[in-house]
Amino acid sequence: MSAAPLLALEHVSKRFVRAPDLAGKIAKVLGADVRTEIVRAVDDVSLTVAKGEVVGLVGESGCGKSTLGRVVAHIHKPTEGRVLWRGRDTAGLSGAEARDAALKIQMIFQDPFASLNPRMKVAEIIGEAPYVHGLADRRGLDAYVADVMRRVGLDPSYRQRYPHQFSGGQRQRIGIARALAVQPEFVVCDEAVAALDVSIQAQVLNLFMELRRELDLTYLFISHDLGVVEHLSDRVVIMYLGRVVETAPTEALFAEPAHPYTRGLLSAVPRLTSRKTAFRSVEGEIPSPLNPPPGCHFHPRCPHAMERCRIEAPVLKEVAPGRTAACHLHD
Amino acid sequence: MSAETLRVEGLQTHFFTRAGVLKAVDGVSVAVGRGRVLGLVGESGSGKSVTGFSIMGLVDPPGRIVGGRILFQGRDIVGLPEGEMRRLRGSRIAMIFQDPMMTLNPVLRIDTQMIEAVRAHDDVSKAEARARSRDALGRVGIPSPDERLKAYPHQFSGGMRQRVAIAIALLHQPDLIIADEPTTALDVTIQGQILAEVQTLARETGTALVWITHDLAVVAGLADDIAVMYAGKVVEAGPVDRVLDRPIHPYTRGLIGSVPGRNRRGVPLAQIPGMTPSLLSLPPGCAFRGRCARADAACATMPELSPFGLDHLARCVHPHLEVMPG
Ligand SMILES: Nc1ncnc2c1ncn2[C@@H]1O[C@H](COP(=O)(O)OP(=O)(O)OP(=O)(O)O)[C@@H](O)[C@H]1O
Ligand SMILES: Nc1ncnc2c1ncn2[C@@H]1O[C@H](COP(=O)(O)OP(=O)(O)OP(=O)(O)O)[C@@H](O)[C@H]1O
Ligand code: SF4
Ligand code: SF4
Ligand SMILES: [Mg+2]
Ligand SMILES: [Mg+2]
Repeated sequence: MSAAPLLALEHVSKRFVRAPDLAGKIAKVLGADVRTEIVRAVDDVSLTVAKGEVVGLVGESGCGKSTLGRVVAHIHKPTEGRVLWRGRDTAGLSGAEARDAALKIQMIFQDPFASLNPRMKVAEIIGEAPYVHGLADRRGLDAYVADVMRRVGLDPSYRQRYPHQFSGGQRQRIGIARALAVQPEFVVCDEAVAALDVSIQAQVLNLFMELRRELDLTYLFISHDLGVVEHLSDRVVIMYLGRVVETAPTEALFAEPAHPYTRGLLSAVPRLTSRKTAFRSVEGEIPSPLNPPPGCHFHPRCPHAMERCRIEAPVLKEVAPGRTAACHLHD
Repeated sequence: MSAETLRVEGLQTHFFTRAGVLKAVDGVSVAVGRGRVLGLVGESGSGKSVTGFSIMGLVDPPGRIVGGRILFQGRDIVGLPEGEMRRLRGSRIAMIFQDPMMTLNPVLRIDTQMIEAVRAHDDVSKAEARARSRDALGRVGIPSPDERLKAYPHQFSGGMRQRVAIAIALLHQPDLIIADEPTTALDVTIQGQILAEVQTLARETGTALVWITHDLAVVAGLADDIAVMYAGKVVEAGPVDRVLDRPIHPYTRGLIGSVPGRNRRGVPLAQIPGMTPSLLSLPPGCAFRGRCARADAACATMPELSPFGLDHLARCVHPHLEVMPG
């Protein structure tokens, strides 16, 4: 193998524990069967990302994409497994190195409403980190912030305003500007363009691609918009209920999806040319991450489910060069 | 009862900020009939959400409705006393907010919130309210609704929070739903589930929908009519097929041209040149002037929204009249 990948996840799991509340605890004392609930948000995921690569991450709402993104961005510690940055376990990095890695990996958050401090002006939100980390000095800061704002299509004359004075899409661009302002090497984009109209979306996506060419920026691109993912990504990772179910180079995936969930996804994509569509409900039962079904997590919804699928979880394995899938149909 | 559920006429909602008057919505007219869907699309920051808030009577200072009428089932609801407005809200008119946390209270469990929402307008027992809540969660595709009812909002993923907010909006089978980017946080299979649910509601109970979204493909499949907004005004409106296949306004053309599916993989996406003008300092005339390839001296006076064929309106002095190349 050549040089170590920029980022590698090795058997990463992240579980959230939900302890019973007071009423639950009392009920438990009284003998009721109250259990602590555990959500396996991310369940044994391994993944590598090479420098300069764009990896699209797609999957059902609640399947653990944001959680995985947060693990990558050092916001969550994995419950199990290792996160390697330039080949080194991030858990073992010391002070300065850990700070450096944290700065080099930035996350653009899904929720522009919750992720901006409402009491800070836009200029402070964007300018704080570059100033603290010495990317701009006091005199140059104003021009630096204005330049970043212009790059994401925000009028710099807005810089003395507070987040609540902006529309949803404008707030999202503030979040994008904040992440790009510290000159990261790796950006986790969590639904970064979902709140933008398609023309501004095009502008931001073109900016992402330009930064990639100029600075060799690497992206983990989380999105529900398969059109965007197809346009942008080199490789796509599909998750379902905490697990990776398929990975493939983008063109191959869209040409011939290997996993039944991926096939379902692609067939549900609305098209500009289909009018008066009769949208379809999900067939079968939508399983819960609190209580995932045994065997293949997708079996309650899978049109090809067999007896074996209800018992044995399929492992992710190579189904063609450069492609993996977790499905018994490929045995 | 009037067949028209909502008619907005010349709505103006302005924000009186320290930096000046920001005309977020400046003369918007749209209408939607019983059981029909209006797709409201347009530039980010063009006033779509503020239009929705205005209809709901939820514009806070320094914002104020300064002009126009909002007819709900024939009755002007602008300036209705707050008590009456509250009775309409949640039962007859519901809004699904772009930010689901505007519907959800972070410190209360989902069941507390949903049961309260049911009992605010319907005199039913707690048990019945709970049953209706769990049923509503099931319909929007939340698995294990019984367990999920006991959770707090932060324990949900972004998309699940949005589905809870949608479920709350559906609780009372309202006559009008204003949905602001309701499905962008959902994967396309779950989105399909929600859209199917909403279509059933429109068909069976005659609910009228204003569907605010950036996803033109969803609008294509769901809406009967489209209104396109730019800088506080409707710049084009009409039946879906007309607006998507024969867009008249240069902004609408630019918007449709930017959809990734219409662009070749890997090459830069087509984008509209220039930047959204600041609403605080709009020059006179067409607001799209600084970015439009067709602009000339004639565009320096604001064009009227004028008809181009049946029900198809646009605000432009140099309209595109040919079919948009594919
Ligand atoms: N802080 C938390 N405490 C408890 N459970 C959590 C927490 N954060 C996430 N979860 C749970 O973990 C699972 C995965 O959530 P996550 O936000 O990663 O999903 P997602 O794939 O990003 O979904 P979406 O597409 O809706 O944003 C969900 O079941 C969610 O309820
Ligand atoms: N409370 C406020 N104070 C001042 N200006 C505001 C306020 N709320 C909204 N605005 C401004 O009003 C304009 C319209 O905002 P609105 O939220 O309606 O846009 P939108 O069309 O919904 O955009 P998006 O697609 O990005 O959500 C924006 O320019 C915004 O900056
Ligand atoms: S393993 Fe079985 S249930 Fe799972 S996706 Fe494959 S065929 Fe369907
Ligand atoms: S009125 Fe003029 S500037 Fe405005 S969209 Fe039409 S041609 Fe362009
Ligand atoms: Mg998420
Ligand atoms: Mg909005």
